[in-house]
Amino acid sequence: MAARRVVLTGCGAVSPLGNTVADNWKAIAAGESGIGPIERFNTEGYSTRIGGAIRNLEVSDYLPPKDIRKMDAFIQYGLIAAYEAIETSGLMIGDGPDPDRVGCAIGSGIGGLEYIEKNFHALRDHGPRRVSPFFVPGSVINMVAGNLAIQYGFCGPNIAITTACTTGTHNIGYAARTIAYGDADVMIAGGAEMATTPTGLAAFASARALSTRNEEPEKASRPWDRGRDGFVLSDGAGAVVLEELEHARARGATILAEVAGFGMSDDAHHITSPPEDGRGAAKAMSNALRDAGMEPEQVDYVNAHGTSTTVGDVAEVAAVKSVFGSHARNLSVSSTKSMTGHLLGAAGAVEAIYCALAIRDGLLPPTINLDDPDDGCDLDFVPHKARHSVVNVALSNSFGFGGTNGTLILRRPEP
Amino acid sequence: MSTIEERVKKIVCEQLGVKESEVQSTSSFVEDLGADSLDTVELVMALEEEFETEIPDEEAEKLTTVKDAVDYIESHT
Repeated sequence: MAARRVVLTGCGAVSPLGNTVADNWKAIAAGESGIGPIERFNTEGYSTRIGGAIRNLEVSDYLPPKDIRKMDAFIQYGLIAAYEAIETSGLMIGDGPDPDRVGCAIGSGIGGLEYIEKNFHALRDHGPRRVSPFFVPGSVINMVAGNLAIQYGFCGPNIAITTACTTGTHNIGYAARTIAYGDADVMIAGGAEMATTPTGLAAFASARALSTRNEEPEKASRPWDRGRDGFVLSDGAGAVVLEELEHARARGATILAEVAGFGMSDDAHHITSPPEDGRGAAKAMSNALRDAGMEPEQVDYVNAHGTSTTVGDVAEVAAVKSVFGSHARNLSVSSTKSMTGHLLGAAGAVEAIYCALAIRDGLLPPTINLDDPDDGCDLDFVPHKARHSVVNVALSNSFGFGGTNGTLILRRPEP
Repeated sequence: MSTIEERVKKIVCEQLGVKESEVQSTSSFVEDLGADSLDTVELVMALEEEFETEIPDEEAEKLTTVKDAVDYIESHT
């Protein structure tokens, strides 16, 4: 049986760059940074005091106050992104799809950390009788997917893959395969994160993973630049509507991109660091190309994992060179994390959306803050400013703790 | 100083996301105000906090209306 083809028909994003896809894309096109001082809690005593927060989002415009209290912020962000994806796909117009054939695959890298802290404090300060009955359903990772299914009546496969910073990419790739395999006709897929809490920030800071450029937050995320000193922790969510090609055509949906390939691998190397040669990352890209039945030369744009860490950025360049050979000089590679910061489990989801829009608009997102490329960082990183260029095929990378790698390949839809 | 009934109604509104006008003393948390089993657990927790008392589980199960809660608190605080 030939695999069924899968297309992307809707997208939603909540990020430090804006609370809709349109606002995100406007900021990307303008090369704006979403990073600023952390205001959610007092960061006195923290080595890092900057991050990418969600701003000006009225959650009560989307969810009843009674339900807001029962959910960690990552669930709220995930739902709001999913609502936009569903809305823009036009999926629910008219009779809507067969609910048994619609599923959800939305994960989180960390889950409801803020909710966990809050309930731990209640336990410590007031005893076991003060731990909320909503603690578990309000913090476990599958509750974006779970709440979404309940709200819309989607009875198809419901899952939440958790693979650290590869979460968003893995959920979208898995969702595409679920459709290709025939288990569903439509999947809402993506990732959500809100790990900027006292323990989350302290933990990443202790791991020496974060930039400490507190005085210049907008310049803190600077992938491949010699002055980079770690990633910037950000919050948000991304969601897409994936659909079997004929299902989308039959309802006259606007097709943004086709999910052409998906590849996975593991570094089998270290819990937080990649090997210098990026061999695991290369394997994920090669596997995605094989899945797509494409030659490396067909790829126009790579949305890099590019988190602005010393080791990771260089390893990814090595991986791109090993997969693409001489074509590495022709294609463009950029890191939108230079603007968004690192959304952890949501990163792959918002970045897949940026890839789809790069194809739609023929616009390469820039890598901002790349003033002085580091040794060996000599690809076209689209420095500082977005650039117009035809993009037929875009590839998006995500790499996570545990050495887990994922690559998605999107291509321009057939007319 | 608010009466016990006023304070109970205020908490019910906050916890169950209903308007004050919807809450009568005879209102049932589940039947009339849309609470599910987890909502009622959290409602009892909020009442315990407000009135600095502990409501044993076997008593809490019997508190199904606003009046039940008010009567319980009046006789135990």
